[in-house]
Amino acid sequence: MTLLDLVIFLPLAAFLLILFLPKQHEEGIKRFSLIASLAVFVASLGLLGPYWFSNPGKYVFETDLPWVASPNIHYHVAIDGISLWLVLLTTLLTPICVLVSWKSVHDRIKEFFAFLLLLEFGLVGVFCAQDLFLFFVFWEVSLVPMYFLIGVWGHERRIYAAVKFFLYTMAGSALMLVGIIYLYNQAGTFDYAKILAGLQNGSIAASYNEQFWLFLAFFVAFAIKVPLFPLHTWLPDAHVEAPTAGSVMLASVMLKMGTYGLLRFCVPMFPVAARNCSGWIVALAIIGIIYGALVALVQPNMKKLVAYSSVSHLGFVVLGIFSFTQQGFDGAVYQMLNHGISTGALFIMVGFLYERRHSLEIDAYSGVATPAPHLATVFMITMLASIGLPVLNNFIGEFLVLQGTALINMWWTAFAAIGVILSACYMLWLYQRVCLGKPSSEVSAFKDLNLREYAISVPLILLMVWMGTFTQSFIPSISQSNAVILGPVDAKRDVHVRNDVHGALHAQQTAHPAKEIADAR
Amino acid sequence: MPANFAPTAIDYIRFLPEILLIAIGTLLMVLEPLIGGNKRTTFSVLTLLGLVGAMAAAIFANDHPGLSFSNMLVVDGFATFFRVLVIGVGIFTVLSSAQYLRREHADSAEYYALLLFSISGQCVMSAANELIMIFIGIEISSIATYILAGYLRDDKRNNEAALKYFLLGSFATAFLLYGIAWIYGSTGSTNLAEIRNALTTGTGPHSLTLAGTAAALMFVGFAFKVSAAPFQIWAPDVYQGAPAPVTLFMSAGPKAAAFAVFLRVFMTAFLPITHRWEPFVWSSALLTMVIGNFAALLQTNIKRLLAYSSIAHAGYVMVAIAAHNQVGTAAAMFYLAAYAFMNIGAFAVITHFSRKGEKYVNVEDLAGLGWKQPATAALFSIFLLSLIGVPLTGGFFGKFYIFKAALDANLIWLAILGLLNGAVAAYYYLRILVVMYMHEPGESTVTLEPLSPGIRATLWAAALGTLILGIFPSLLLNFANSSSALGK
Repeated sequence: MTLLDLVIFLPLAAFLLILFLPKQHEEGIKRFSLIASLAVFVASLGLLGPYWFSNPGKYVFETDLPWVASPNIHYHVAIDGISLWLVLLTTLLTPICVLVSWKSVHDRIKEFFAFLLLLEFGLVGVFCAQDLFLFFVFWEVSLVPMYFLIGVWGHERRIYAAVKFFLYTMAGSALMLVGIIYLYNQAGTFDYAKILAGLQNGSIAASYNEQFWLFLAFFVAFAIKVPLFPLHTWLPDAHVEAPTAGSVMLASVMLKMGTYGLLRFCVPMFPVAARNCSGWIVALAIIGIIYGALVALVQPNMKKLVAYSSVSHLGFVVLGIFSFTQQGFDGAVYQMLNHGISTGALFIMVGFLYERRHSLEIDAYSGVATPAPHLATVFMITMLASIGLPVLNNFIGEFLVLQGTALINMWWTAFAAIGVILSACYMLWLYQRVCLGKPSSEVSAFKDLNLREYAISVPLILLMVWMGTFTQSFIPSISQSNAVILGPVDAKRDVHVRNDVHGALHAQQTAHPAKEIADAR
Repeated sequence: MPANFAPTAIDYIRFLPEILLIAIGTLLMVLEPLIGGNKRTTFSVLTLLGLVGAMAAAIFANDHPGLSFSNMLVVDGFATFFRVLVIGVGIFTVLSSAQYLRREHADSAEYYALLLFSISGQCVMSAANELIMIFIGIEISSIATYILAGYLRDDKRNNEAALKYFLLGSFATAFLLYGIAWIYGSTGSTNLAEIRNALTTGTGPHSLTLAGTAAALMFVGFAFKVSAAPFQIWAPDVYQGAPAPVTLFMSAGPKAAAFAVFLRVFMTAFLPITHRWEPFVWSSALLTMVIGNFAALLQTNIKRLLAYSSIAHAGYVMVAIAAHNQVGTAAAMFYLAAYAFMNIGAFAVITHFSRKGEKYVNVEDLAGLGWKQPATAALFSIFLLSLIGVPLTGGFFGKFYIFKAALDANLIWLAILGLLNGAVAAYYYLRILVVMYMHEPGESTVTLEPLSPGIRATLWAAALGTLILGIFPSLLLNFANSSSALGK
């Protein structure tokens, strides 16, 4: 029993407890959820311990218990420098989502907060699982509460959106399950490290053909979740129809399940196939970046605008991963966190506006800055962070991704950079239409931020600045874990691994992660 | 042939569950005219006691494994597994029936007696080691079930269901019997092990063609009983027309027993000619899944929807048979147990919800159930999620083992298509969840009375079973693995 187990199972315990609370005590349920989610957050801060002064450079907080004897399934969890930050992102955003929903959710309070905590359980688990079967279990478990959050507490077309969201993910994960079982039948274990070792020394799935199809099976499941163009159509629906807390968890954490999966499973397990497909995937990522930005530009609906901006931003993450460079990987992981903070904050801002005006249409607003200057300021900082203004967080991530890409192919960088410019266009234009100008009569009656809303926005703003300035608090641990993954697939080393798995093995054995980092800096 | 046909004491111990069930069933028929008025709960209590006794006897008999009655019956882990399963299904059926029968003024001993006879037939099927016993078991089980399907004799739908079931069922049994005749003609035996030996040693192409034809004829009979395509047409009509608790019973008990004989015959007697039947089972499995899932998408009547879903689930079990390995047999066993729990739960909710004359059986009628009876809806959700195959439920592990077995046997395309089918299936199960939680309560939900004790017990026990199989599958899987070595 380590601290990590506590962080995983505390939300589940809280979920079960809420089920037994009487549903009339709405205030009590809200307070309980807040306290429980804050407790999880505080506990998760303890996970930083091993990373505080040094880098452990391996998995920490490991627990490995047999769960099912045959087939050999283990409850095996641990974190490295990538998982750590994604877990922290989840545990930070859950109490924030509880606060966000404090006033905006009116009915079926008990069920709402119960599902929110169940969702946290699934999401934290996904980022820690070291057993492919366990990973799949958490992956699917997180689907159910999100389905209900969208379908019950969403806006008008919520049912369509919820079902679409569920079916898309389900179809993708069916293929992944085939891949997982196939690997198990060859390896006799679901353990990630053992399967990875087996794949690298050629004892399982030795032929390139097998690797290619396995790569594809995993890739499609993750690409749907990211979502990568052209599999993204579920996302605008789900985002627009979800309640604010649902949108925040969906955009900030759930989409990262896809990119995390790509980085943790797709690339290191099937490096040759990943390298061979990278041209196509990068093309889709760049199309996603530009297409998402262009569509965002013309949206009359604020939530839809932010949703399409997510398609664009996540394109950067995929681009970074499939550049196979240290900078690209670091940028991709950093961008996952940045996007989690800044897009989550954007959805929260939209939620604040919605609570005041009950409309998501941009046309319904004008001159918000006059009656509510503090709200407008917070909105502005968030918006600038999302654009990628230096000193704020997204800048670092996008810069690293573009730098990593530039090492490989200048054209990729050039096209991707168009997305950065377009993001400034749609965000600034949005801000101009909503916050500047003369306030209409409805907007004039707006109240400025209240205490609860400050409690939500201030931590996020502080994080944006911190992540944009003191990158050294985050990057070293991320880099170290990335270097381990990158070892056999580094684009900069001239390894002729095409169609030759044993070449990949050779590259793995001769890789020196530490030297790689030194080179990259 | 043994010289002495007189059974020994151990034979009776091995056969005790069937003896108990028949004895209690007969006793009920004798008691029927003697007990009247307000003492009619005696029947259900007596039936429950009989079933619990039979289950205990089945478990006890497992300590004395071996062949009985001149090798006609066999008690092994496989037989015990299915005996306990069908008797368990019987217990749930009795618990869910009492209120329904009272509501329809049809609370008689006849119903319970027929139920017990049907279960005794299924027990014989589970333990049969010989084709004639298999045939007798199927007939005992089927004839009782035909009558149960038309149990409310004044109801048109009941009559239609019973007639359809009877006519088509008789046809299918005739095929089965014809197949048995062919196999006896070509191998000179009806004993499964002897048939296998004859097929293994018999090298002439003539005898193999005969055996292949016999296997095909028997496949028709079994495929009908398990409602596998292309012999599934009867299932939706019968499931929809029969009384809800009888549908609950039919979709779990007789189906599991039919799969038991299917597995035992094809994995023992016909194991030497696997290459002949595997392509047929493969195609039938795929067709069953596709027809079941796609037809279910269009249904508005929830009994019919679950009937198609039950066809689709038969398709998943057929995948396990197509894998024709020991893992597949164990996977099919596990799946049938998990399926029994989740399907019984779902049909118990419908039994509860349908009201007198089965007035409310449309999906739309469930509107807002989630907020009017949160506990019922939450339990129903567990069954539906398990039917979808979401992790931490028995349905997921069942599906997982089946497709693992399929990949073991290198049936990669069948596994991929089967799992994608699961994603299609999610749509119609989700529709029920949508109606329950995302629609406003209508007249049908507002007037709903609280759960009867019997159905409440069924729902909680089935939900517990579903979750336990999903979280601690080893409890059952180890037993299934150790008893799946048929004909080895």
